[in-house]
Amino acid sequence: MTPLPYWLILSSILFAIGLAGCLVRRNAIMVLIGIELMLNAANLNFIAFWRYGSGAEAAHGIMFVLFAIAIAAAETAVGLALVIALYRLRRTVQVDEADALKADDKPR
Amino acid sequence: MRTVIEMVWIVPVLPLLAAGVSALLPRQRRRTAAALAIGAMAAGFLLSCVAFAATLQPAAPGAPFRLVRNFEWLQFGSASLALGWVLDPLSAGMLVMVTLVGALIFIYSLGYMAHDPNFTRFFCFLAFFASAMLGLVIANSLLLLFICWELVGLASYLLIGFWFHKPSAAAAARKAFIVTRIGDLGLLLGMVWLYRETGSLLFYDQGQGCLEQAALSKLVVSTTLGGLALSSAIGLLLFCGAAGKSGQLPLHVWLPDAMEGPTPVSALIHAATMVAAGVFLVARVYPLMQAVPSGAAQVSTALQVVTWIGACTAIFAALIAVAQNDIKRILAYSTVSQLGYMMMGLGVGGVAVGMFHLMTHAFFKALLFLGAGSVIHGCHEQQDIRHMGGLRRLMPVTFAAYAVGMMALAGVPLLFSGFWSKDAILHAAHLWPLSKGPFVLGAAGALLTAFYMTRQMCLVFFGPNRAAHASAAGGHVSAQPHESPAVMTVPLLILAVFAVGLGFLGSPAWPWFQGWLEGSTTHFQAGHLSEALPTMLLSALIVAAGMAAGWWLYGRAPRQSPREADALQRLQPGLYSILAGRFFVDEFYAATVVRLNAGAALLSDFLDRWVWGGLVRLTAWLTGQFSEIARMADEFLVNGGFDLGCGRLRRGGRFFSGLQDGQIQHYLSVIGLALAALVLWLVWGGAL
Repeated sequence: MTPLPYWLILSSILFAIGLAGCLVRRNAIMVLIGIELMLNAANLNFIAFWRYGSGAEAAHGIMFVLFAIAIAAAETAVGLALVIALYRLRRTVQVDEADALKADDKPR
Repeated sequence: MRTVIEMVWIVPVLPLLAAGVSALLPRQRRRTAAALAIGAMAAGFLLSCVAFAATLQPAAPGAPFRLVRNFEWLQFGSASLALGWVLDPLSAGMLVMVTLVGALIFIYSLGYMAHDPNFTRFFCFLAFFASAMLGLVIANSLLLLFICWELVGLASYLLIGFWFHKPSAAAAARKAFIVTRIGDLGLLLGMVWLYRETGSLLFYDQGQGCLEQAALSKLVVSTTLGGLALSSAIGLLLFCGAAGKSGQLPLHVWLPDAMEGPTPVSALIHAATMVAAGVFLVARVYPLMQAVPSGAAQVSTALQVVTWIGACTAIFAALIAVAQNDIKRILAYSTVSQLGYMMMGLGVGGVAVGMFHLMTHAFFKALLFLGAGSVIHGCHEQQDIRHMGGLRRLMPVTFAAYAVGMMALAGVPLLFSGFWSKDAILHAAHLWPLSKGPFVLGAAGALLTAFYMTRQMCLVFFGPNRAAHASAAGGHVSAQPHESPAVMTVPLLILAVFAVGLGFLGSPAWPWFQGWLEGSTTHFQAGHLSEALPTMLLSALIVAAGMAAGWWLYGRAPRQSPREADALQRLQPGLYSILAGRFFVDEFYAATVVRLNAGAALLSDFLDRWVWGGLVRLTAWLTGQFSEIARMADEFLVNGGFDLGCGRLRRGGRFFSGLQDGQIQHYLSVIGLALAALVLWLVWGGAL
């Protein structure tokens, strides 16, 4: 069986790719995708620690991950709705252009 | 009798009320003010006559009539000060004289001051002056006398400086005030000393007064510095005041300058009110002055000093009068000289002799001054006798009255009052046990008096009129001298009657005046006349010589123009310049006392300006420096620190608000960095 550190390293790499995507991509969709990646890296950690932990017979890890996936789906739906609202409002999905809370800050 | 003494106070209060009311009157109410003043004086004269009549009966043979009314004025602790008034022949005589002469002078002023814009003020001051003098006369307390004395000084200041817009008048008023004040210091000291020794300033107080036997016998036996009897020492201090007021030798300088006032004021000062006060004071405190220990027959030191000062003043002022050219100044010096006679008379002969001369002098000197005023008025304010002359024909009434006054002053025998009173003084001086010096000085003074009065008569009334020369030289348009109106000449004539008639009250044959003052009845005794005959003859001779010399020098060849040198000047130029310079007493005072005073003032000024002022300025400078330092500390330390803190805070705020830029990815990167740091710390920091 593949030892735990490999999974943790994979998870870290996934998280790092997600974080980097969040930080460097200016498109809001890509930021959301980065966030998904980081969520899934965390899920991977949960599964790995569950599998290699002492209480493997109980389905705690699976439960956590299933909940997190469901929440992430809802979160993505909300995020996408926000992106669409942003687009409607600003005609852009670039996050660096959405730096003010007031809508009529920059008239279009 | 009792009612009379209760009423005496009204006499001085009436003119005081008149003065008070006319002080409140508007300036246009000229007639009201004059009527008030003259009415008050006339009423005062009537009351005085009643009081005078009451004193004619002596209380007992040898004791003069005397009624006093005292009241407590001020109580402090167990001591008290009492004031009061007295009615005796001395005060009654002065009351009648002052009110009569005063009233005549007031009436005369109606004419003399008719054109003055400050007519109302003038009468207000005149009434005030008379009131102060009347109060002085009836005072039975040295304190009340001193108060009135100072009021007289104030009134004289106001009146001498009446034309205060003239600098010379203002200076003369100041000089009169200050010079008399020097003498008043002595009077004040004497008064304080007397109070300390006797505990009372009342003259007569049923045996408790300071002039009565109990107090005097105590004062006489105790001695002070140099064995001087206390009574004499106090008497001399009081005499200082009298010398200041009456223009005696060292303090006579103010009197001639007082001529700057209007002429009625000069008459009032010289005849009735001011200068008589000094002589009156000596007469009033005469018991104190003459007191000697019982049994001793010598003359008290105070009286010796009075006699000598009087005699020296008499001759000194007479000498100066010889070489003066201002008609009023000649009269002023003659007043100083006559006051010297009065003092000498008091010294050698007693109250009666001195006071008799005071009375006669009051009338003929008032007459002379008013006559001079009439002359000045007629000659259009010309006072220099070199510019007059020939007025005999132009002003006949004035000439007649003036001639009477002149002869009374010169002492023309038998008919004129001045002869009798001056002769009484010379006679007493002749009998003085200590020295014949005062007699010689007095006789020489009489000669000079006759001489300078003749000179004045010749220059003013005889010879050609020289006013035309003045107008030609000075370019003034001057009309012919004219006689004065009746309102001025009638008082002159009344005074002339008194100047003649008063002498018979005190002639050696019938010394009524003396008897009245001393409380004895007088009978006509022709024998006494022969006793005094040698002195009378001598003084008649002296007067004749003086008048002859005057006529010989000035009347024989009358001066033709104002510029001509004086006859005496041609004879004795050196002597004349000394006399014309008034022995340079004023210059002497200016060089010594005034310069000393100016030096002290300069020193005080220097001290104030540089020493004390310097200290003050140094303190101020130091305070300024300290506050400057405080300002710097505030500005640069406190404010600077605060500003610095604020600036940092502002920059910090700006920095942090710059971080809050709304870029979600920036926030996220910070979170990522923090996470990385946390991971690194957890892994390598040793926490795991």
